[in-house]
Amino acid sequence: MDLRWIPGATPTSAESAAIDQALTPLAADSVELGPRQLLLPALHAAQSRIGWISPGALNHICQRLDVPPAEAFGVASFYAMFSLERRPQAVVHVCDDIACRTSGALHICSELEKKLGPEGKPPAGAGATWLRSPCLGKCERAPAVLFQIAGAAGGEWSQSPATVTQALEGLEHRTPPTQASTWLVPQAQGPERHRLRLLRRIGKVDPENLDDYRAHGGYAALRRALELGPDGVLREVVDSKLVGRGGAAFPTGRKWEAVARAAVRPHYFVCNADESEPGTFKDRVLMEEDPFAIIEAMTIASYATGSERGFIYVRGEYPLAFARLRRAIEQARTRGFLGSNVLGHGLRFDLDLRRGAGAYICGEETVLFNSIEGLRGEPRNKPPFPTQVGLFGKPTGVNNVETLVNVLDIVLEGGPAFAAIGSGQSTGPKLFCVSGSVTRPGLYETPFGVTLRHILELAGGIHGGRKLQAVLLGGAAGVFVTPDEIDVPLTFEGTRAIGATLGSGVVMAFDDSIDLHDIVLRIAAFFRNESCGQCVPCRVGTVRQEELLLRLAAGKPLGSRETESVLLGDISQVMRDASICGLGHTASSAIESAIKKLNLFQGAKKR
Amino acid sequence: MIDPATGRNQRMIELTIDGRTVSVPEGSTILDACRTLEIDTPTLCYLENLTPVNVCRVCVVELEGSRVLVPSCSRKVEPKMVVRTDSERVRLSRKMVYEFLGSSTDLSFAPGEVHRQMESYEAKPDRFGARTLPAKSGERDHAHAGHHQPAVAGHAQTVFQPVKVDNDLYVRDYSRCILCYKCVEACGEDAQNTFAISVAGRGFDARISTEYATPLPDSACVYCGNCIAVCPTGALMAKSEHDLRERGQWEPAKQSVTSTICPYCGVGCTLELHVQDNRIVKATSPLDHSVTSGHLCIKGRFGWEFVQNLGPLTSRDAP
Ligand SMILES: Cc1cc2nc3c(=O)[nH]c(=O)nc-3n(C[C@H](O)[C@H](O)[C@H](O)COP(=O)(O)O)c2cc1C
Ligand code: SF4
Ligand code: SF4
Ligand code: SF4
Ligand code: FES
Ligand code: FES
Repeated sequence: MDLRWIPGATPTSAESAAIDQALTPLAADSVELGPRQLLLPALHAAQSRIGWISPGALNHICQRLDVPPAEAFGVASFYAMFSLERRPQAVVHVCDDIACRTSGALHICSELEKKLGPEGKPPAGAGATWLRSPCLGKCERAPAVLFQIAGAAGGEWSQSPATVTQALEGLEHRTPPTQASTWLVPQAQGPERHRLRLLRRIGKVDPENLDDYRAHGGYAALRRALELGPDGVLREVVDSKLVGRGGAAFPTGRKWEAVARAAVRPHYFVCNADESEPGTFKDRVLMEEDPFAIIEAMTIASYATGSERGFIYVRGEYPLAFARLRRAIEQARTRGFLGSNVLGHGLRFDLDLRRGAGAYICGEETVLFNSIEGLRGEPRNKPPFPTQVGLFGKPTGVNNVETLVNVLDIVLEGGPAFAAIGSGQSTGPKLFCVSGSVTRPGLYETPFGVTLRHILELAGGIHGGRKLQAVLLGGAAGVFVTPDEIDVPLTFEGTRAIGATLGSGVVMAFDDSIDLHDIVLRIAAFFRNESCGQCVPCRVGTVRQEELLLRLAAGKPLGSRETESVLLGDISQVMRDASICGLGHTASSAIESAIKKLNLFQGAKKR
Repeated sequence: MIDPATGRNQRMIELTIDGRTVSVPEGSTILDACRTLEIDTPTLCYLENLTPVNVCRVCVVELEGSRVLVPSCSRKVEPKMVVRTDSERVRLSRKMVYEFLGSSTDLSFAPGEVHRQMESYEAKPDRFGARTLPAKSGERDHAHAGHHQPAVAGHAQTVFQPVKVDNDLYVRDYSRCILCYKCVEACGEDAQNTFAISVAGRGFDARISTEYATPLPDSACVYCGNCIAVCPTGALMAKSEHDLRERGQWEPAKQSVTSTICPYCGVGCTLELHVQDNRIVKATSPLDHSVTSGHLCIKGRFGWEFVQNLGPLTSRDAP
């Protein structure tokens, strides 16, 4: 290509050094996979060095990677964590999403507005600013904030629960506070701890030490897998009836077999660690506290599917998970658990770690591929499916973090033993992200089959002696369930029977003091903010849906409430029927359920 | 059936559409099959000579076995497919797409076909309330991805904004942009290979943009005008036409079209010169022309009037 660069845009030496430093170690990748896939890492390098992506920095990136500047701009401007305009070096992202806004996030926002000026619009010369953020995946310790500090000595870290003072101190001192633990797994301390499977190592194993992982049973599953051979592993996974935990509940064994059988080579395997569904934080806990388990499971998955290269794509808002995984991958590589001769068995497998930059839609599998490839985060048309045409156009397996961690026990104990756990078609253990108005929010594990009531009881019931008003099940893409429905078994079949979904395992409880109108409006705003904008039904529909709810909330319907209700029905139907991807398909589900089941927006405000 | 391109025998695929059986060559789309049966199927983002992006969703149809509707313009036919194009679900989705576009963009320059379809689907874009006023110049160009303040309560948000007039050859009126991606494809891989424009931002703030929304004369644009030729809504328009329209002097009824061969080089592109009052007001090339597929270069597109007036082109465009 004969490209034209941006005239007169030269990087500063700090910018070009930061970009070159990020790209040089990846030069070998560029030969195999082409230079374009280094776009996101390069943009991150520029952003974190000076706090925004300047025309000079973008130009340098484009020249190094042979990308047209207009396209690189199109990619960079897609992500919320990148700025294409000069902005202060210190930024705090304040989560004002569902769990946090019931825990004081709005107070943090209004105080920061007083101290630092309007969101993202600091007074001239200011050294810091703040931005509202969608769910930061720390709902069990709401409210949460994320610091993004640029510069040679900068860094990124989150803090939760956070106060106004802590937010301001973080911006001023620009160094992370020493926080004892960042996760909450109440069962790890309780009597149930011996029955935990997915969470059994949490808090017990040193996440930065491969030997400690091995001392806790690590890498036994990979050895067993090598004995079974690829077909043997496939058989166990099929027999286990494991289905994906990322939201779509697709049978994992079938997916792996399709990749293994695909004639085109090479094959790739991807771990979806983009976890951005509001209310979800399970994958973060696994990545932060048990990163080697994910690496081991990825190695097994790749062995079974004939993939020599894997990718873990972590959402940009998870700096600690990213750092822990990076250290773990480095250790595994140094010690021969990754590389050209894994465990001395002649198995070739290596892992690339990639980082998102603030876009919920990047968790949709085909968007995740595009994001890795350095393209805009827009879903691809299906068919063809990823098992045939996936990452870099090759057959690709993709699984959620929790799905993968299940594979370790499946290989060790055998598929049938795993299938015996749980209930009906929902086999194995399941993680539930419990937050909101419960006494002990946190990550809980039970075998499939327990009821919603049981989960709420595990979490100590509704806090402060209040009454339950509703539960949001499955996240923003899920549905609200009423107190009458809490005896629903939390299985795929059980939730389907009441028109709900498990989604990513979100259980967010709301007591009777919470204004659910505000929560529903936040969900509408979430989809409007996160739509990729590619297709008309979702790009415009999410905007029209939010406008309509705001009219109802203000008591100013267009026409009558009846015409508004017809209109809302039409908007949700076209999004569900004609959108390209799951974001549009589910953008109205929680909202419709709130209106129908909880009688919201039906007249004067509740309470 | 013999494929004219390869001379080989092509497999035919049989499917059912609205209860009628139809056979089309393997590799055809459902839209091709609908057209074989002369079923009137609206499209907006589809164009024969561009890679389908299937983003507008106005062409969706119901496919048995599929939970959601599928875009007919890109979905390939498979044996025994059962398709419905006239169901309530299909009609509602098409109508809503038109209403969403009609309420958020200015479709007044869209071809009569679009307005005819909107009427036949009974689209009523006014259902969403009064439209917001145009954004300030540059505001949409700089929208940050992610969190947004909701717009004025009771108003339907739009993409309205001032026209971009930053060169003498063509204007960009993004109030009319339905984000069909055609211009991006024409500027990039599908024709021009210049990559001067891309989609930037996301969600409702997604927009067609140069890097940092820089004016066209500072961008990589070579003024081939291929983006103008594919734009379905008049968002991209030769400045000559824009100026005449502004002055109220654009009169299609008085225009005649003359076919000729572009005199500038040996390629021999077919030019269609649109003449009004003895003045050339626009040059196009037919979409189905074997040499151009509708694409031209700056000389063919604009040379008839502006060859001596290349003022806005900067040194970046000099060889
Ligand atoms: C809008 C959207 C967001 C998604 N986000 C995630 C995510 O953050 N993590 C995830 O594992 N799957 C996510 N998915 C589901 C993936 O597309 C895919 O189904 C999943 O990664 C497959 O893995 P599994 O079979 O192990 O669940 C998302 C889907 C959609 C439509
Ligand atoms: S449904 Fe929404 S997120 Fe998905 S492709 Fe369409 S606009 Fe993008
Ligand atoms: S005129 Fe040609 S080069 Fe310029 S933006 Fe349009 S297609 Fe691209
Ligand atoms: S400017 Fe025209 S061609 Fe380009 S996306 Fe908008 S409507 Fe389509
Ligand atoms: S971290 Fe704030 S809602 Fe999840
Ligand atoms: S014409 Fe098929 S999606 Fe636009």
